[in-house]
Amino acid sequence: MYPILRKVALNETVTLMEVSAPLVARKALPGQFIIFRIDEEGERVPLTIAGYDREKGAVTIIFQKVGYTTEKLDTLEEGDQLMDFVGPLGEPTHTDGIRRAAVIGGGLGVAIAYPQAKALHDAGAEVDLIVGFRNEHLIILEEELRAACTNLIIMTDDGSNGHKGFVTQALKERLDAGQAYDTVIAIGPLPMMKAVSEMTRPLGIRTIVSMNPIMIDGTGMCGGCRLTVGGETKFACVDGPDFDGHLVDFDEAMARGRMYRPEEARAREKHACRLTGEVR
Amino acid sequence: MPKPNMSLTKHPMPEQDPQERATNFREVALGYNLDTAMEEAQRCLHCKNAPCVTGCPVNVPIPDFIDCLKRGDVEAAYRIIRSQNGLPAICGRVCPQETQCESKCVRGLKGEPVAVGRLERYAADTAMALGLAGAEKKAPCGRKAAVIGSGPAGLTCAGELARAGWEVTVYEALHTAGGVLMYGIPEFRLPKELVNREIDSLKQLGVRIVTNAVAGKAFTVDELLAEGNDAVFIGSGAGLPNFQKIPGESLCGVYSANEFLTRLNLMKAYQFPQTDTPIRVGAHVAVIGGGNVAMDAARCAKRLGAEVTIVYRRSEAEMPARKEEVHHAREEGIIFRMLTAPTAIEGDENGFVRAMKCIRMELGEPDERGRRRPVPVAGSEFDLPVETVIVAIGNSPNPLIKKTTPDLPTEKWGGIQTDDSGRTGKKHVYAGGDAVTGAATVILAMGAGKKAAAAILADHP
Repeated sequence: MYPILRKVALNETVTLMEVSAPLVARKALPGQFIIFRIDEEGERVPLTIAGYDREKGAVTIIFQKVGYTTEKLDTLEEGDQLMDFVGPLGEPTHTDGIRRAAVIGGGLGVAIAYPQAKALHDAGAEVDLIVGFRNEHLIILEEELRAACTNLIIMTDDGSNGHKGFVTQALKERLDAGQAYDTVIAIGPLPMMKAVSEMTRPLGIRTIVSMNPIMIDGTGMCGGCRLTVGGETKFACVDGPDFDGHLVDFDEAMARGRMYRPEEARAREKHACRLTGEVR
Repeated sequence: MPKPNMSLTKHPMPEQDPQERATNFREVALGYNLDTAMEEAQRCLHCKNAPCVTGCPVNVPIPDFIDCLKRGDVEAAYRIIRSQNGLPAICGRVCPQETQCESKCVRGLKGEPVAVGRLERYAADTAMALGLAGAEKKAPCGRKAAVIGSGPAGLTCAGELARAGWEVTVYEALHTAGGVLMYGIPEFRLPKELVNREIDSLKQLGVRIVTNAVAGKAFTVDELLAEGNDAVFIGSGAGLPNFQKIPGESLCGVYSANEFLTRLNLMKAYQFPQTDTPIRVGAHVAVIGGGNVAMDAARCAKRLGAEVTIVYRRSEAEMPARKEEVHHAREEGIIFRMLTAPTAIEGDENGFVRAMKCIRMELGEPDERGRRRPVPVAGSEFDLPVETVIVAIGNSPNPLIKKTTPDLPTEKWGGIQTDDSGRTGKKHVYAGGDAVTGAATVILAMGAGKKAAAAILADHP
């Protein structure tokens, strides 16, 4: 069992948890992920590692309440235990040789972009960190983000923080202004990663995206996380989760991401019943 | 000793009715009772040279245990089996006896061979139900081993070493021990409670099992050696599923058999939404392949209410599946389309499967392995309307251990190289099962685990 050491609500839909998992904490690196399972009936859900403390044997995850299992996870408190927590899975982000980078995080992607930006910044790279939220109340980890980069640009969809627009607009402005990035790292919803990749393609800027497809074992066995990258089948769990954004077939990945929409709705219905105690 | 029973046929296995069982996940074969087992045992002639034993990858003394059953001594029969086979209740169910022990049986020359598998199952099930003690164990010898993977190869190797007095830790990547016995083979063919009981009996031998431990990620083979293990056995099993590389394999509704079976068996998706893992099965399902995994996937899909077609590019004679599985699948109403190969999978406007394009095949010249090569019949293309496609054409080895153990020699296709005894090219490191051979059977993996354990014991006196 894997005890929850710390739980912090970052905003109304995003929660941070620090989980005791020494075997994972020992080897974890930015860009890798874990798979957790809450209980005996639970599904296996992958989450990117948001941080780790090797001495404490703890791993930090940040999740958004977007579906049945993440809602259920959010009902757990400090001192409660997760049944399973396995990792570190996937390849770490390769940060070697990056000198001038834009790291872009949209939505929950902000939490995942943070360790990558920090790793690059710590390694001496100049990092523009561009993150986006729906409104200023949803802004998370502002202090941490600021400390992990050279320039922090926070965008809001409604402009409530004074910077209206999507992260892609902020990137475009900087590219138009002649920022010479050697690498762009984009992490977040598929349409955002696709838009960023399309923007950097004509400029020939290396673009790394972090894919988060549906998967089960996460160790290279089930093949559910397959993607088409440069015309070849790749498996996000062992070949990724980072891929060259200019080679990923995003449209296919988006279609595959919709596979269990009806089932997800059924599961949420069940969850609502459990929470309110109603009989189905 | 009474005269042998000269009946030309095996005593039939009591089974759930095909109509009924095609709607549930309970075990199909119900097992012999004592009378039937004693009667069937009487069919064994106890040949002096015991040809059946030569067909057994783990050398179970078959005529000896059957002799015990002739007089109804189940405990003695079980002890004899257990002396050579760590997982008898499993082997009695999933071994391809028709190509192993039973293929060598003298009684098979005229009529059916002795039902060795059914008798083994009877002895194991009965002994378990009676709570009879398993194998004996030697005093601790101070040696330590790490076993990677808790499938049939790893469990067998662990059991053999533990019995010899070794301290053994098994590392399993998934949340449940058992490997393919848990995630791959369905409940109706191999009840999971039974697998758990076999694993419990290993734990009683002192074997420690660590789940959620991914070799090549959380730790490396070299770290296991540095931590004081005298030997490491790699039984990490088959890895990434193969696909046909035909158009449409990324559509929603196309599953690898690994994923389909894992969702059902390990994650219990057939109980969704009581369990949290969903599965999507259309009204019409095509399964590509002719092995045991294809049969398992097809019969699972049938149990979820689908009309299921198995599409196989050769003829029935070349099908690698156990005969009994093919027979059971037919009884349950699975449709077989032999000499048929898929050429493309077509999707609807939302990216979901709506049909599979196929072409008829005919058998041409034999290939290097002597199997006649299927060749397409020109102009014979047709559409199979399906909403789900399950690809069951084998696996490639898992890359994680290879990637993190640079001095472990592997084959070009990724399999780990070993000698006949399971020794790899790296000192103190042994391997066996699908990680070495590519996708094979439970019993071959067990045989490899057993041989490797013998090599480990010989190399570390």
